[in-house]
Amino acid sequence: MPREIEFREALREAMSQCMRDDPRVFLMGEEVAEYNGAYKVSKGMLDEFGPRRVIDTPISENGFAGLGIGAAMMGLRPIIEFMSWSFSLVAADQILNNAPKMLYMSGGQFGCPIVFRGNNGAGGQLGSTHSWCVESLYANVPGVKIVLPTTPYEAKGLLRTAILDPDPVFFLESERMLGMKGDVPEEPYEVPFGKARIVREGTDCTIVSFGRPVHFCIEAAETLEKDGIDCEVLDGRSVRPLDIDAIVKSVRKTNYCVVVDQAWPFASISSEIASQVHKRCFDDLDNHVHRVNADDVPAPYAYNLEQEMLPNARKIVEAVRSATYQA
Amino acid sequence: MTTATQPQAEENLAAKLPPDTLQQWLRDMLLIREFEVRTMQAYQDRKIGGFCHVYIGQEAVAVGCTAAVEHKDPIITAYRDHGHALARGMDPRYAMAEMYGKIGGCAKGKGGSMHLFDKPNNMFGGHGIVGAQCPLGTGLAFATKYEDEVMKGGTNTRVTLCFLGDGALNQGAFHEAMNLAGILDLPIIFICENNGYSMGTAISRGTTMGHNITSKAAGYGMESAIIDGMDIFTVYNGMKPLVDRCRDTSRPIFVDMRTYRYKGHSMSDPRKYRTKEEEQQYESNDVIDKLANWLMQEGHLTEDAYDKLVKEIRKEVRASMKWADNSPEPDIKELYTDVFVEEWGPFLGTSPPQIVKDAEGAGNDEDDDETREDDDD
Repeated sequence: MPREIEFREALREAMSQCMRDDPRVFLMGEEVAEYNGAYKVSKGMLDEFGPRRVIDTPISENGFAGLGIGAAMMGLRPIIEFMSWSFSLVAADQILNNAPKMLYMSGGQFGCPIVFRGNNGAGGQLGSTHSWCVESLYANVPGVKIVLPTTPYEAKGLLRTAILDPDPVFFLESERMLGMKGDVPEEPYEVPFGKARIVREGTDCTIVSFGRPVHFCIEAAETLEKDGIDCEVLDGRSVRPLDIDAIVKSVRKTNYCVVVDQAWPFASISSEIASQVHKRCFDDLDNHVHRVNADDVPAPYAYNLEQEMLPNARKIVEAVRSATYQA
Repeated sequence: MTTATQPQAEENLAAKLPPDTLQQWLRDMLLIREFEVRTMQAYQDRKIGGFCHVYIGQEAVAVGCTAAVEHKDPIITAYRDHGHALARGMDPRYAMAEMYGKIGGCAKGKGGSMHLFDKPNNMFGGHGIVGAQCPLGTGLAFATKYEDEVMKGGTNTRVTLCFLGDGALNQGAFHEAMNLAGILDLPIIFICENNGYSMGTAISRGTTMGHNITSKAAGYGMESAIIDGMDIFTVYNGMKPLVDRCRDTSRPIFVDMRTYRYKGHSMSDPRKYRTKEEEQQYESNDVIDKLANWLMQEGHLTEDAYDKLVKEIRKEVRASMKWADNSPEPDIKELYTDVFVEEWGPFLGTSPPQIVKDAEGAGNDEDDDETREDDDD
């Protein structure tokens, strides 16, 4: 029965339902238990599951990320919360060198069924150390699945899929979206990875994005509609696996493509998609793929500078107009 | 408890064990020694590539420590891992074939010397990044305790042995793991195989309080011990009570295991940072000779039997090299297996290595060697 709940509640519900079903699943991270979650995602979970399954850690990301991976090698199903993916950088050796490679370098003996989750992207004037968008950086590494939910419904279904997945999943939420409300069924359900969602159908230009910027794409499409440009907006859901087939199918219909990616432009998700679309749709495209990224600078503190640095509806509108020769 | 015990004459538990147990230890140490000698040779012959770190001199540590735990107890170590794998019971054929980059290797040739894994024997790897296995070790200990206590509602039954080199003492991962083990009450023993050098850097040049590294444990409120790793009796006698206590109390312990590697850090190390005299001092008091002499004195081993054992092991290791030689290279499709568990896109899912198939089909598939070679067609 769908009812309207917040994004953070949808995440909590996915975790709690999995933990009720499977005693191997536990939640570990900074402030997840007694504090009720730094962002209240895990509120109440300590009460329901107790301190053996909802476990506070010290500020020690490399340590508890590695602990989770070791536990996953033994067959448990850890959910490791990073308060921010910005802090995952100090755990890079564990999450990039161990989690995605354990299955391979052990010749298939030890898998790593683990979910790392937390806030990704600019939170709001947090400055350069706390505003990381890690998807482009981490997507370079084979062996991980990287997921960016966009709505409460998507968040619950994708997180359940992540917890049930036998491989390591990086689940990138956004602090800016945790309070977003939406209709979410009470019962458990799964939303698949690698299957893009058509958020808005259109015929004139394909806009592809992941996570929070999908909402900016919708906003831009509404603006463009008034100018007579009918955009198709795709939410890729996961950058790995990437649903390139869905993107190609849409581009073959619209003949134009704009990729919106909240990470930096150099060697990014957007450059990867541009490359793949150019290869697959060379004869279908009426212009090169246009990209909207965060500016190629460290994230600033000042409000106006940060706003200018990030992708937004205005930049997407400009990119679509440029791509479709209507600038 | 934060006490560090100096090497001392504790109860000689090892001497009370059945003689065939000690004979097995001798056999295991000889196997590691011979395996490593041949590994060096094979490396010179370019049959083994990459980085390769041999365990010669430290045999008593792996054999004595694994003897002090049960088979169900997980072990994990760094990249000088051949000794641990063999001590844990890995067939030398799988270890050698792994280093030869062959399909018969424990990881089908995809891990190499530094990454030996043996799931049937609860050996959770060889890990290539200094110190990185320490957080993983805490995870193993967390999981065993979680399974026993949270999932089964019982009490903890397993102890994790997490080996590390003295170089790892300076890595953040080690310190984070120590702290987590303490905070979460994890049943893990961190065994620092302190051979005095992290690559070419003497411990006094790289580690504060290098003369007394149990002070690291004191900082974490952790029980610790100093054990002479150059004698399997002191290793076993020192470790056994610690293992029992760790199992009972589910509290972590740190061990300064004083040992020495006779050879270089890796195959390309000319050992300019230490003296020949120092090396000879250790080699003249060899760990294997010590046990062999004791067994002879006690009447549990004759010169003839020892010679026979040495020959038998030489034969076994030579056979492992021949087996590794004959094992095919991994099929190119192996590039795409084991990236993800399930098949999607170009990825082919998993295919278990021979070491797992053998453990699963133990006793009912004696001709698997030939089957493997047929597979290459």
